[in-house]
Amino acid sequence: MFRYVVRRLLQMILTFFGATFVVFALMFANQDDPVQALAGEKPVSDSLRAQLTERYHLDEGFLGQYWYYMQGLLTGDLGRSLTGREISTVLSEAWPVTLRLSLMAIVIAAVIAIVAGVYSGIRRGSLFDNGVLAVTLLLLAMPIVVLAPTAQLVFGMELGWFPATASRNASFYAMLLPAIVLATTVVATELRVTRTSVVENLRSDYVRTARAKGLTPRRVTWVHVLRNSLIPVITLIGVDLGTLMSGALITEEVFNIPGVGLKLAQGIRNEDGPMVVGFVSILVIIFLFVNLLVDLLYAALDPRIRYE
Amino acid sequence: MNETPGSVVNVTRSLAGDAWSDLRRNKIFWGAAVLVVVVLTMAAVPSLFTSADPASCTLGNQHKGPSGGAIFGYDFQGCDVFARTVHGTRNSIQVGILSTLLAGILGIAFGLTAGYFGGAVDAVLSRLTDIWLGVPFLLGAIVLSGRLSAGEKNDGVMAVTLTLGVLTWTSSARVMRSSVITAKSQDYVAAARMLGAGPARLMFRHILPNSIASVIVVLTLLLGANIATEATLSYLGVGLKGGALSWGLQIADAQSYARIAAAPLIWPSAFLAATVLAFIMLGDAIRDAFDPKLR
Repeated sequence: MFRYVVRRLLQMILTFFGATFVVFALMFANQDDPVQALAGEKPVSDSLRAQLTERYHLDEGFLGQYWYYMQGLLTGDLGRSLTGREISTVLSEAWPVTLRLSLMAIVIAAVIAIVAGVYSGIRRGSLFDNGVLAVTLLLLAMPIVVLAPTAQLVFGMELGWFPATASRNASFYAMLLPAIVLATTVVATELRVTRTSVVENLRSDYVRTARAKGLTPRRVTWVHVLRNSLIPVITLIGVDLGTLMSGALITEEVFNIPGVGLKLAQGIRNEDGPMVVGFVSILVIIFLFVNLLVDLLYAALDPRIRYE
Repeated sequence: MNETPGSVVNVTRSLAGDAWSDLRRNKIFWGAAVLVVVVLTMAAVPSLFTSADPASCTLGNQHKGPSGGAIFGYDFQGCDVFARTVHGTRNSIQVGILSTLLAGILGIAFGLTAGYFGGAVDAVLSRLTDIWLGVPFLLGAIVLSGRLSAGEKNDGVMAVTLTLGVLTWTSSARVMRSSVITAKSQDYVAAARMLGAGPARLMFRHILPNSIASVIVVLTLLLGANIATEATLSYLGVGLKGGALSWGLQIADAQSYARIAAAPLIWPSAFLAATVLAFIMLGDAIRDAFDPKLR
């Protein structure tokens, strides 16, 4: 286990440098005249140009600038966006909103996936099972750019069941529709994995033993089978995080929720390079960390899994 | 399967033949296939479906209801929604197919090299794959596609195709690598090696044909996903742009006016969802046919 943790950490550090390097290289290649971009349409005097070049280390060349970028990233200094605000301030205002939205989505998705997945696993081939599989197929085929605007139109505007947009301090209820939309991006895979592992576990020896001991079917299903079936579902959370991030980007944009996704979408629209790169770098770091945690959790949860 | 050197070709054919006889009886496969054919026809010859010019828009027609050829009505700019949606098919399909081909070529090259040579080559290539997987997909796509599609005259088609191809090869590389490792240790490969076949001949004549089926399945499913991602990138403004026709762009434009006119939002959404669904169902059916264990 210890060796696995060390190896996994080393691998993550490698991935971290690789990923941030790629992001930085793309940003670096993107800038024609960063000084002019900072000044906007105004002409730049020579002294101002020299001052800005000095401040942003623009004369340092590629590797030099990468060095300063990494330094800033590791000390939490993400620089300023083109609008002049500290990127870390924008981020610290935006992330609680996104965190709330994503947590709601994760809980909604997990509850639906586990309950429906277990039932369809037990009644494999039944009408319920086939119905659930058809619905998950439909959900898998629904891109979030279709789902989010359509849900907003139908449930938010036409039927008026939910508010069509959600603000920073939105109530639980106002967040519910965006959270459900976000949950649909991950619920289908989670449900299918739960179902498959329930089907497999029902055939296993320990279930036969539990039944032979005279345990009630309910206890066998919801304690013995469910516990073991949840292990692969947990690993999915790590994978799903990437899906949730891209889902949140569109969901927040559509429902006008001032979270990380909306800020990033605005940054893209305003061609605010520093803002996009700052946000993407932080999100990559979060993604890597969560995946590391999930991998370690996976190894801890299932003692049968032995990593050398 | 008892594979002898002489029957390699037969074994491949019979696997495909098995799959085909499975597919022929699958209703979902036929449903998906019909839908795919319709979509492909729409992409190749849009004028079969609509005679209207998608670029001719009259502001006087703004948000008008259905009339004459414009069976879905008109959008904010007064353009024929049906014509724009039909003509938007080509870009979606083109980006989807080309990016999937690119991802397939990269994935097969990486997977074949890593699986065949093993050892240090495999270690380096596998770490590279890990780094790639470490970047959340859409975020990488935003940065890369935003970079490639910069410029006034750029409609973004090449940019999105390259971005999707370069970012999505990892899954096919992993699948390819593991099936190459399995194929490599088969008797017929050992026999061919003893007969004096070099690495290139072993890789391309013997191992590649026997390990490509699983990659093709992965790629069919990827095709649907890439079409959806193109729409997402276009929606965000880092995909197709300018005068290019794209369902994602149509959705983005129509969304602000959804309260006034829903049709310009609903129809491109429906076309996009149906296309993605068709390709995903097709991929699902093909996977079931090639790998009955996964059913």
